[in-house]
This record gives sequence, structure tokens and C-alpha cells, in this order.
Amino acid sequence: MSSIVQLEGVNKHFGKNHVVKDLNLSVEEGEFLTLLGSSGCGKTTTLRMIAGFEEPTSGSILVEGQAVEEKEPFERNVNTVFQSYALFPHKTIYDNIAYGLKMKKVPKTEIAQRVKEIMALVQLTGFEERYPSQLSGGQKQRVAIARALINRPRVLLLDEPLGALDLKLRKQMQLELKRLQRKLNITFIYVTHDQEEALTMSDRIAVMHDGILDQLGTPEEIYEQPQTKFVATFIGETNIFEGNIKELAMGRIAVRIENGVIRGCGYGFSRNEYITVSVRPEKMRFSPVPVKGFQLEAQVKDYVYVGSVVKCIAVLQNGMEIKMDRLAGEELPEPGSIIHPWWDEKDAVLLHNPENQVLKMIDSMPLI
Amino acid sequence: MEKTKKHSRHSFRSNTLPAVVMTGPMTLLLVLLVAVPLIYVGVMSFCSIDEYYNVVFRFTTANYARLASTDYLKIYGQSLLIAFVTTIICILVGYPFSWLIARTKSKYKKILYMLVIVPFWTNSLIRVYGWRTFLGTNGWLNTALQFLHLTDGPLDFLYNRGTTILGMVYCLLPFMILPLYTSIEKLDQGLLESSADLGAKRAATFFEVVLPLTSGGIFSGSIMIFIPCLGYFFISDILGGGNSDVIGNLIERQFQSGNNWPLGAALSIVLIVITLILVKLYQRMGGSMESLGV
Ligand SMILES: Nc1ncnc2c1ncn2[C@@H]1O[C@H](COP(=O)(O)OP(=O)(O)OP(=O)(O)O)[C@@H](O)[C@H]1O
Ligand SMILES: [Mg+2]
Repeated sequence: MSSIVQLEGVNKHFGKNHVVKDLNLSVEEGEFLTLLGSSGCGKTTTLRMIAGFEEPTSGSILVEGQAVEEKEPFERNVNTVFQSYALFPHKTIYDNIAYGLKMKKVPKTEIAQRVKEIMALVQLTGFEERYPSQLSGGQKQRVAIARALINRPRVLLLDEPLGALDLKLRKQMQLELKRLQRKLNITFIYVTHDQEEALTMSDRIAVMHDGILDQLGTPEEIYEQPQTKFVATFIGETNIFEGNIKELAMGRIAVRIENGVIRGCGYGFSRNEYITVSVRPEKMRFSPVPVKGFQLEAQVKDYVYVGSVVKCIAVLQNGMEIKMDRLAGEELPEPGSIIHPWWDEKDAVLLHNPENQVLKMIDSMPLI
Repeated sequence: MEKTKKHSRHSFRSNTLPAVVMTGPMTLLLVLLVAVPLIYVGVMSFCSIDEYYNVVFRFTTANYARLASTDYLKIYGQSLLIAFVTTIICILVGYPFSWLIARTKSKYKKILYMLVIVPFWTNSLIRVYGWRTFLGTNGWLNTALQFLHLTDGPLDFLYNRGTTILGMVYCLLPFMILPLYTSIEKLDQGLLESSADLGAKRAATFFEVVLPLTSGGIFSGSIMIFIPCLGYFFISDILGGGNSDVIGNLIERQFQSGNNWPLGAALSIVLIVITLILVKLYQRMGGSMESLGV
């Protein structure tokens, strides 16, 4: 595998607004890469720069080894599915989908054949003569996808292509898109703010936060080993604790938090460092009596039944809520009872605090 | 003439008459201001004149018969030609300009827009006289050309069909720019991007996407230019020569020097009918009346 899209030190300013900050990203050929992040973090802007619709303020973007700005849009093997569909309102669905091929002067019979194929693929057969205004949001999105895919691009950029679909159709289209991507062997750069969608579809996820690429990795890496507090909280549910390191020995760490002591594993931390500890609800356990190493006490507040899982919500002494997953059918303490949460040391993710790093740097600066 | 033109425009309002019946005073006003004069003109077009040029109520269709003579037909044709050429020039000049003011991100957008609007507020008669002063044999242009030794003697710019069309374009251009501006402004930038993204070159994007989506503006602009062109007699009076009469000139002449009011009335009716046909055609092609501001 070689990289087909490469971003090196890309920055984008809109006036004073620094929207994309020093972005380095290399997309492998044939992979499904997702840009994930909350609204306004610069995902669309990044995609538009790759498509060549927006120029980076600094840095370079290479597609197929060539700088984006060196090629006119129509010379690129890149197509885009726009966040707002951007279907041509005065053209029928057939003409919308055929547009790219018509521009490439593909013979009419071949166009007809390929349009028919792709319309079957996105389940729009029978809609040929309709106009975009006569379609539902979901149908429009499928037209937008078909219109881009029919050109058989090497790279397809998709900006929240499933945003307007209901849950069922969305799940179905997720699988469909993934299948298409494998079958056609097209590199997908996919934008979404839905972490579940990102986790199920992607080969790799790039989590963006305020224009910064927080973490790049496989869905497992992103989920199991988040590298920042934002990634930990944004992807899946988690419990966040913050406190100073009390003891550390051979990577085993005890952290003093507001109302007790918790434990975790990790290297590269120092005594007294103020760190963040993230524990997924499914890793949380509890017992009626205190567990060795932990000093944590909570009161069971409520249970929420979600299919095969029971979500237990408990309150710490300082009022902070924690979430714990239990399997349905397990015996559970009554709401109101006192429990002692704990977890396997290896299941906690320990994170440095960025503000802390700055403080440390200031500390280590020689006094003038 | 101005009055006749008003009739022609307001007569479409009578489409909505049934609804207007509910609002009594409004109806009365409309009847007095629109229907009565229109009927008056219609009746007069079938009247005759005596030897002292007085209108007498003797029914005749002679007025209309006269209007079917080749002399008159030639002028209708000429008037339609002038209107057509004016409209085309307005499209060609107005489109790029509208594009510029609709699409520019510059802070001068407002100023550009005002440049179009301000002439609206100034009397067009004065502005057309301005052109005569500018283009005349002793006008600024000739003076400047001679001063720069580009020409030896004064050139004849005035009094031909070209200057009439120039005057028409000059007076009516805002009517093209404003609807075009609106339709270009409404055009979604994303469509241009997706067209480019799908492999269209600039020209293809223009003909496939931009032009069809702004044709509404071109249509309404055209109709708002074409119709007044048939009636703007003062422009050909001031700037035009012998071969630049429009239908408006004929009407004006019959009411003034010709002193044949019934014939003038018949001409007015002809103009109204032509206007009606054009508007019907416009509606048939999918144009909306709202975008005409009617
Ligand atoms: N053309 C522009 N001019 C000025 N600011 C812009 C422009 N486009 C985007 N921005 C700003 O850049 C920031 C990032 O926008 P962007 O569209 O990339 O967000 P996003 O991550 O795609 O969000 P969403 O999930 O809501 O689509 C926003 O604060 C936005 O206001
Ligand atoms: Mg976006």
C-alpha cells in the first residue's frame, strides 16, 4: 500500500479564524479513512482543501503524488459527495447521475448502461425522470453518492453523506457504502460527527478537535487507547477522573482524586503529576466491600435497561455521576445502596494533561 | 402615451378582479383608473374624425384597416427589431455586470449595486438629453476627438438607429440587471463546485448549470425591456433619425401633430395587444408574473 493523499503541515485561516491547525495526514490507497469530530472542528474545510475548492493558508496537499493546485478540478481522479447534496435542481435524476460521464464525453449507450447499474446499486431504479425536488432527503443523498461513484474515482470524498437518513436506512447504507468501497477498491475519505458510524465503517479514524488532529488510528486503537481527554470522551462513553499521582512503581500507579484513591497502569508519568484517568463503563466493576488499592465509594442512583445491558448510574461523594455497564439478569444492589467501584488496573487509560505539560515546562525553565 | 403604457400593464390586474370585488373601494378605483380609460381608448379606436379633426362617434374599422398598410407594418417591424436588438445587447452587457455585483465578495458590492439603482431615480428624459449633448456635433465626444487630433471634423454620431438603440439600452439596462442580479445571487455556489468536481470545464458549467438556472432572470429582464422599447418614443425623438421610429412615435404623432385621435387610439390598442401576446408567451415559457414586479 502506498499513500494516495498526503497532507503536510496544512493550516487554514478564514480571516483571523484559525480553522485547521498544522494537519499532517497520509491516506493509504484503498483505505476507508474517517475524519471524525464535533461540529465546526474543520472537517468540511479539510475535505474541501483535498478536493481543491479551498486553498490551504500554508502547507501542501498531494493527491496521487501531485500537488492539488497543479491540476484543474476536471483533471483529478477525485470526486466529492457534498454535505448539502448540491444536486442540479433543473436536471432529472438520470441527468444528474449521468453528468460526470457526459462531461467526459462517454458514448450515450455506455452512459445509459452505467447509470442503470449505479441506480440499481443505490436502489433508485424507477426514479430516472424525477427531479431532485421530488425526492426525500435520503433519496437525494443516494443520488449524490451515485453521481460521484459513477465516475469511478480513485478517491471519493464524502461529507456526512448519511446525515439525513433515519437510523434504519442509515445502518443499511453504512454497510452498503462499506461494501461498495471494498468492491470498487476506492479510497474513501469520509467525514462524520457520529462516532458509532466512524467505528463501524472505518479502517482508520482521524479524530479532529478544534482544527487539530488529536489522534489517528484504527477504531480499536481509538477506542481502547485514546491519547487525549477529548478522544476518550468523544468516542464512546467513559468515566473521567482527575487527580495527582500518589504512588508509582513499575508502571502501576495510584492516583489521589477528590474523594479517594484509584489505580491504573502506565509509563512516562511522574510523581505528583496531575493526570486524567478514563475508564469505560463496561470495564467498571463494583463490590459491596472496599477493594484493595481502591478508595472509592458511591451510591447507586438508577438503572437503565438498554437491551442486553443494564446501565448502572451511581453518584460519588462529590456528586459526580459514574456509569457502569452490567449484563442483564445479573443480581444488582438496590438503588440507594452503597457500593465500591473498582476496575482492573490495565483497563484504565491514563492521560497527561496538556495544561500540565505547559506548567511542567515552565517549572523546568531555568530561573533568570 | 405614458398613460397607454400604464393601461397595458394594469390590464393584467383585471385577472384578479373577482377577488377584488370583495374590496369595494379598491374596485371602484380600479374601474375608474384602469377600466374606464381602457374602454374609452377602445371605443375611440372605432370612431371617425370630421374634416376639422374632431372626433365623431361614427363607427368605423377604417382606423385598423389603415394600420394594416405596409407603411405601418414596416414600422412595427422596425420597432420590434429595435426592441429585439436592445434586449440582446442588454443581456450581453447586463449578464457579466450582474454576475460581477452578485458574486463579488468585495466591499464595493453595495457601491456597484447603487451605480445601477441611482439612474433609476433620475429622470430618463434628462439623461437622454445628456447623451445628445455628449454625442452632438459640438458635443464633448467630438470636441475631445478633435482635440486629440483623432478626427479632422465633427463626426455624426446622432440621429440613426444605432443611437436610438444606445439610448434604449442605456435607459433600460437596470431592468435587466436587477432580475439577473436576483437570480444569480440565488444560484448556489455549491452547484458550481459540484459541476467542476464532476469534470465540467468552466464553459460547460456555464451552459449546463448557470445559464439554465438564471434563465428566469433573463426572461423577466427581457420582457421588461422589450415592451417599453416599443413605446419609448422620446428616445427615438431625441436621439433617433428617420429610420428609428418605434410604435410609440406613431401613437404620439397621431395625438399631437397628426391630431387623429381615433387612429392613435387604434395604435394604442395594437400596442396593448402586442404586449399581451408577449406576456402570454412569457408565461407559456414558465415565467412568473411576480418576477416582473407586476
Ligand atoms: N468560507 C468560510 N468563511 C469563513 N469561515 C468559515 C468558512 N467555512 C467554514 N468556516 C468556519 O470554519 C470552521 C470549521 O468549519 P467546517 O465547515 O470545516 O466545520 P465542520 O467540521 O465541517 O462542521 P460540521 O460538522 O458542522 O459540518 C467553522 O468555525 C466555520 O464557521
Ligand atoms: Mg461540515
